[in-house]
Order: sequence, then C-alpha cells, then structure tokens
Amino acid sequence: MGPLKWALLGVLLSASLFAIDSVELRRNQPTERISGSAGDVLEDDPVGRLKVFVYELPSKYNKKILQKDPRCLNHMFAAEIFMHRFLLSSPVRTLNPEEADWFYTPVYTTCDLTPNGLPLPFKSPRMMRSAIQLISANWPYWNRTEGADHFFVVPHDFGACFHYQEEKAIERGILPLLQRATLVQTFGQRNHVCLKEGSITIPPYAPPQKMHTHLIPDKTPRSIFVYFRGLFYDVGNDPEGGYYARGARAAVWENFKDNPLFDISTEHPTTYYEDMQRAVFCLCPLGWAPWSPRLVEAVIFGCIPVIIADDIVLPFADAIPWEEIGVFVDEEDVPKLDTILTSIPPEVILRKQRLLANPSMKQAMLFPQPAQPGDAFHQVLNGLARKLPHDKNAFLKPGEKVLNWTAGPVGDLKPW
Amino acid sequence: MKLSALQQSYLNRRSNSFRGSAQLDSAADGSVKSPAAVFWLVLHGVCCLISLVLGFRFSRLVFFFIFSTSATNLYTAPFRGAAEIASHLDVRSTPVTGAADSVPGNMTAVVASSTSRVVVGRHGIRIRPWPHPDPVEVMKAHQILERVQREQRALFGVKNPRTVIAVTPTYARTFQKLHLTGVMHSLMLVPYDLVWIVVEAGGVTNETASIIAKSGLRTIHVGFRQTMPNSWEGRHKLESRMRLHALGIVREQKLDGVVMFADDSNMHSMELFDEIQNVKWIGAVSVGILLHSTDSSATIQREGEEESTPMPVQGPACNATNKLVGWHTFNSLRYAGRSAVYIDDRAPVLPRKLEWSGFVLNSRLVWKDVDDKPEWVKDLDELDGAGEEVESPLSLLKTTSMVEPLGNCGRQVLLWWLRVEARSDSKFPAQWIIDPPLDITVPSKRTPWPDAPPELPSNEKMSDGAQTQDQQINKHSTKTKTPRTRRSRTKRRHDTKVIGVQASTLSVSEQQN
Repeated sequence: MGPLKWALLGVLLSASLFAIDSVELRRNQPTERISGSAGDVLEDDPVGRLKVFVYELPSKYNKKILQKDPRCLNHMFAAEIFMHRFLLSSPVRTLNPEEADWFYTPVYTTCDLTPNGLPLPFKSPRMMRSAIQLISANWPYWNRTEGADHFFVVPHDFGACFHYQEEKAIERGILPLLQRATLVQTFGQRNHVCLKEGSITIPPYAPPQKMHTHLIPDKTPRSIFVYFRGLFYDVGNDPEGGYYARGARAAVWENFKDNPLFDISTEHPTTYYEDMQRAVFCLCPLGWAPWSPRLVEAVIFGCIPVIIADDIVLPFADAIPWEEIGVFVDEEDVPKLDTILTSIPPEVILRKQRLLANPSMKQAMLFPQPAQPGDAFHQVLNGLARKLPHDKNAFLKPGEKVLNWTAGPVGDLKPW
Repeated sequence: MKLSALQQSYLNRRSNSFRGSAQLDSAADGSVKSPAAVFWLVLHGVCCLISLVLGFRFSRLVFFFIFSTSATNLYTAPFRGAAEIASHLDVRSTPVTGAADSVPGNMTAVVASSTSRVVVGRHGIRIRPWPHPDPVEVMKAHQILERVQREQRALFGVKNPRTVIAVTPTYARTFQKLHLTGVMHSLMLVPYDLVWIVVEAGGVTNETASIIAKSGLRTIHVGFRQTMPNSWEGRHKLESRMRLHALGIVREQKLDGVVMFADDSNMHSMELFDEIQNVKWIGAVSVGILLHSTDSSATIQREGEEESTPMPVQGPACNATNKLVGWHTFNSLRYAGRSAVYIDDRAPVLPRKLEWSGFVLNSRLVWKDVDDKPEWVKDLDELDGAGEEVESPLSLLKTTSMVEPLGNCGRQVLLWWLRVEARSDSKFPAQWIIDPPLDITVPSKRTPWPDAPPELPSNEKMSDGAQTQDQQINKHSTKTKTPRTRRSRTKRRHDTKVIGVQASTLSVSEQQN
C-alpha cells in the first residue's frame, strides 16, 4: 500500500492535466474552465456525497476561548472557527454518528493570542491531546479507527507540528495522536515532516467583505508590472537576513529595489487592495512559513501570483491547477526574476488572467459568511468526499492499537 | 595594533622586543589560563578582528569550511557553533550581502538527502553582479503591459467604437496656440479613430495650419469667409455659423461617427470620448463653466440670492428614474452688467444658455437622404438661413425630449468651458518663431545668474555701465567678457528687469490689425 499511496500523493501534488474550454460568463469576460488533476471538481456539490458528525465538546475547547479573545475571528487562522460554524448548519451534518463518514472535532487550537495578535502554539498540543482523550473516552468512534475517519482543522504556521519556528516544528513533528487522522491545514510543503500525505491544504482566511469593498472598475488599466508589499528583512528576529524566508525576500529587495518595473516596498498603504488590482504580477514569496494570504488576495484581485517558495503545496492542489494559473520561481532563480517574468509570452499571461477571472476560482479561495456554493468550505468537503470510501485498514480490528499515547515531548503529556 | 602585537608575541616568543615580551610576560604571570584557553582566546580575537575588517562573520566561514566536508545536513550546526564562539558583530546585512554572496553557492547546498532539497537555516542572499535592468527586458515588460491593457479595453471598454468627429471653430490670435495645442493633445490621446474639422474665421492661415499639422490626426482645415468680430456676442454668433458649416462638410463627405464640438479653449477629459461612444442620436453632457473673473470678491459674495447654490455647470437635468426632465443652465444674472462685451475686457466672459460643446450628435443626423433618420430631426438645410440665430444643436430638433443624457445622467462633468483671450493690442511672433532674432542690449555677464541683479545702466552710457557692473559684482566674476553693445534704436516699450540680460523690444512683423 505504501508505494501506491506515494503514487497517489505524487499525482495529487504534481502538475496536472488540464481541460481548456472557453466559456462566456455573465460579466462578458471570457474565462476558462478550471480542471485540476482530480478533474473538473471546483463546482462539485458535496451534499449527498458525505456525512459529517460534529462532536459536542465542552465549550472550554471552542466557545470560551473565542469569548476570551474575539480577535480570532479576523486573523488569518480564523478558518478553524468558521469551519465549525459552517458544519453546524450544513446539510452534510448528521446527528447520527453511526451513518457518518467523517467526524469533526471542534477545538480552536490557534486562538491563544499574544497582545500583538500572533497565536502562541505552546498549549495547542496539550489542548488537542485533551480533546482527543475526551472523544475517545466518550464515544467509541475514535477507538474503532484510531482517528482514520476523523479530520481536524489545524491552520497554524506549520500545521499539526504546533510551532512557529520551523526547526522546532520539524523536531516535534506532527502530533503523534493525529498520525492517522486527516489534517486540514494551510501549511503545505513537499517532503516536509509537517505535511502528511492525505492532508487537505486550504487557503488562509482572508476577510471577503473587506476585499469586496475595495474593488475598482475592471477597465482600470493594469499599469504596474510587479507588486509587493511586505517585509524583506524581519529585523526583530533575523536582523542579518538569510534566515527569514530563506533569504529569498531579501534577495528580491536587493536585486530589484531600484528596478522601475518592480513596485516593492515595506509600506502599508491604504490602497493596497486597489494597487493589486492595477498590477499584472503580485509576488507571493515565503516568509517564516511558505504560505501567506497574499495568494488569496492575488487570486481575488486578478493579479497573477508569482510564487517564490520551493516545494510549496498550494491550496486544493488537486482541484486547482496552480501551474497553469500562477508563476513558480525557484528561490535560487530570484536574481533572474525580471528575466523570467518578462520572457513569459503575452498569450500565456492573458490566459492566466482569464483563469483567474473565473468566478469559481475566486470563490474557492474564500470563506464567506454565510457559506456559498463553491467556496472553500465546500472545497474542503469535496476533498473529504474524494477520499471516500475509507480503505480497509482504516477500521481496526478490536483490540488492535496503533497509536502511542505517550509519544512526543514530555511537556505535551500534561493535562490541559 | 592588538593583532600585530598578538601575532608578534605568538611568533616571536623569545624575541627581545620590549613591548611584545612585556605583554606576554605580564599575561603569563598574571593569569592562570591554560594554553588551550589562551589559544581559543587568541583565535577568537583574530576572528573578531578579521570580521571587523571584512565586515561579516569570518568565523562562520571558517567553521563552515572545516565542517562542510563531513556528513550531510550539518548545515545548521556550523552556525550554531560559530554563534557561540564568535562575537556578535551585528553588521547590517546590506554591506554584508555582497560578501555573503561570494560564499559559494554550496551554502544552500543541494544536500543529497532523501528528504527535501529545501534546508532550514541561514541561506545566502543571492545578488546578481549587474543589478540594473536589461533594457530589452524592460521593453518586453512594457509590451506585455500594453497587450494586457489592450485586452482589458477590448473586454471592458467600448465595443465597436465609432469615429469621433471633432469640430473646432478657431481664428488666429495670440492665445490660439495655447488653446489649440491643448485641444490637439487631448484629441491625440483619444484611442478611437478621429477626424478633426477645423473651421477658421478669416480664411485658412499658415499659423493655424502649422499648429494642426503636428497632430498626426486626420484633419479637415477649412476657412470661413468672415473675420472674427471683436465682441463676444459677435464671436458666439460667428462660431455657431462656423459649426454649421462644419456640419455641412460632414454631410457632404458623408462622414460617419459621433460629432462632438471641441471649442479651442475648452478642456476635455478622456472619459468624455469614452462616454460619447454611447450616444444613439443626440446626447448631452454636463459642462463645467469656468468663469475667468478678475474680480474674485464678486464671485464670493452671494448678494442674497439664494435659491440654490449656483453650480457652474450646464447640462441635462434628470429625475430619479434617469429620464431627461430639463436643463441646467448657468445662472448669469449675478454677472448681469458686469460681463465682458469685447474680447479683451477684463470682466467675466459668460457662456450662452447652452453651449454647443455640451452636445454630441450621431453624424447621420445631418446626412441627406438617410432612411432611418428619426422624424424629430430637421434637415440641416432648413437651418441654412443666414439670419437664423442658431444657439445650440437643439435647434436641429423638433422636440428636445429625445436628447440622451450622458455621463451618468449628467452627474459627471466631462468637459470644462473656458474663454480666455489676450488683450486686443497684444502681438505675437508669426507661428511663434522669432525671426529676426532678438536684439541684445546688454549680454549676460556670466553664467549662472548672479545673486544680486545688476543695476541696469541707461541707454547712452552702455559701455561704461557694463564696466561699473563689473566692479560692483567683483567678488563673483572671474573674467569679464567684452560686452557686445548694440544700441537698439527702436522704442523700448517693455522695460523688464531681467537679471543679467536685458531684452530689447521685438520688432515683429505684425500680422493682424
């Protein structure tokens, strides 16, 4: 089974087949149909294809945490909260766990925020462990599969490794109790400890209403060639550079700060969203983690994302053919970024813009309230539905135990 | 200093050098350091000093080279070791990066491991040696931008754009070049096909022809037999007739497109040309009225008449359902009696009730024998009576209800009306070419301009005056040129005090009365 799973992973994560169909859509803009390696699945309706049972955890795992700090609803990790709310009122939810295909545990692990608003992951492993202990004690469904038909939303920097520093995250690895479960996370990097196969990558949360209030007329000509706003050097944590973003952001700055085609700076303008709509390319380099909300913003605003993050796995990689939509630049090719971008033929650029203009593409990146068809919630459910039916060794024989409940650092074993 | 002393002490232990041995002896006597500790201390110091000189952490380099030959993935280890040993020279990375880049690319070693080719840890910041953009690539980028914008226009702009026919009545005068150049530049920017009909009062002149020849547009330059009168009344009337004459040309040549009236002193926005493409038969846009009033206090005082804030806008008025219900005209009562009568009066110039420039027509309205012309349009020939006072294109219509309000039902002001003219006795060089060249009475003493303006000498004592100037402004002048004095015998009417150079009067071939 091992090699087969690797092959499946390879197919899922690599560049995909693509079906092109020019379609006239309502706004008079011809867009192209998007099909990823899993086929034309962006518009699939998951209702009827799967059933999800939502565990009723005590509110200290979810509601009370949110009450303590409502900022969790607005930061880029808010997907875990909105996923819970969506599932509670979704037609795929079932109250009968016997007929459920998937089980969801609503635990908000990324809601312990510093005064600045950054989540502290130090208590998250204990919180997750405590939640799993609860569900395994009160319901029989965890023990019969040891989590193979359970899914968890872990949107933090390195997913279920629960640390913001990459080295420490790699050391910790994925929480041992989650090793059979399906993880829905924003982090994705090939051959990385913190991405297990079978995970579903989702986009980070970006507030849809805020972005939609900043839309400008379509006919505003795109006059900026390359646009980027953000840090190049993280002076607080890595003053010399070279550590942050593996030196890629610093390389972008040093090579292109004087280039008139590159509108890059660290400022935070109020017209950030409007400027993205006036740009042809938007840089999405890695930071401390390879993913960032810039990808979502670029897709919404029709700016071709230039992804500078080696081996990154982008959201819904099996449903969305990112190779056709964005431009991938290796970190070592950053000094040649201008050559790479100017040598793209204009027809290819126009095609990428047409793909980005596809409304189903934009919907798939958003978490709107209330949920709309084709949005990121539905793509997650579609992804879960594509993993059905569970294969035979998901269900353990009675008495069989796979997970080691005492594995992991000692600090994780303390009760939460 | 310290480096050399240490090295000396290290190398010449038993030397008789007073300074070195004294230091070494004192160090050896005073401390109980083991040789190993001393060695590390010395090495530390050496690394520090080299780092100071070179500007980056030299010790890291050393440890990297020492350990790089060993097992894989020790990428992070050398730097931790170095961090403990080396002192923290927190040099700003900008000068560092050049050197950091010189470290060979195996910093980001493609570690031949079965896991990932992406390694955690400190990577070099890659900088290419020639930082400037390649001009060929810049051109390609601009071509990409242009192609993208063209596609945007094709998708979101106007479909099937029609030719714009711009009608401009003009006549040769001082401000003509200013006004006509402005209109010309606006028309040159219009992204659609354009025909520019220029009707010139007083016949075709080289002056006007030379201005419009530079546009590169398709122009039709015709003359009109009458000369432009000196009063605004007369000018407005003549301009109306000139515009009708232009419409006659549209009719003769069966020009197809949208006719707009671009008066030469008006200012047009680019959105105007996009908006007029939407006209079906006859449309009206809002015109901003810019009154050039020399007496600013008069405009600010309200004088108690307060029905509504008088917006200086002329154009269609719509109700809530965006239907045309009337017209906004300019309230000229406030200026009654104080408005300009003659072209060079220093009083505000008032517009007519409804200016021609606020209307656009489908050119087929003026064609002969067109079947699908609507019945509410009179034929152009009916307006041909010389005594007819045609104030606006509305006279062409039997009913004004069919006028289409453009620009978001008149809410957008798309062009501005302005009338500014020079004094009637103003002269300007023909075609703005100075020929013969200006006379110079006193040449510039030196370049750049001096700090203090020189005293202008009187005409007779020209040469003496030049020398006194020299003496006065002594400290700045390095050499004095022999002044070329040429007494101008013509009258000096303009006694402008220009620093250094005194312009003589212009003997100009007068062009007009």
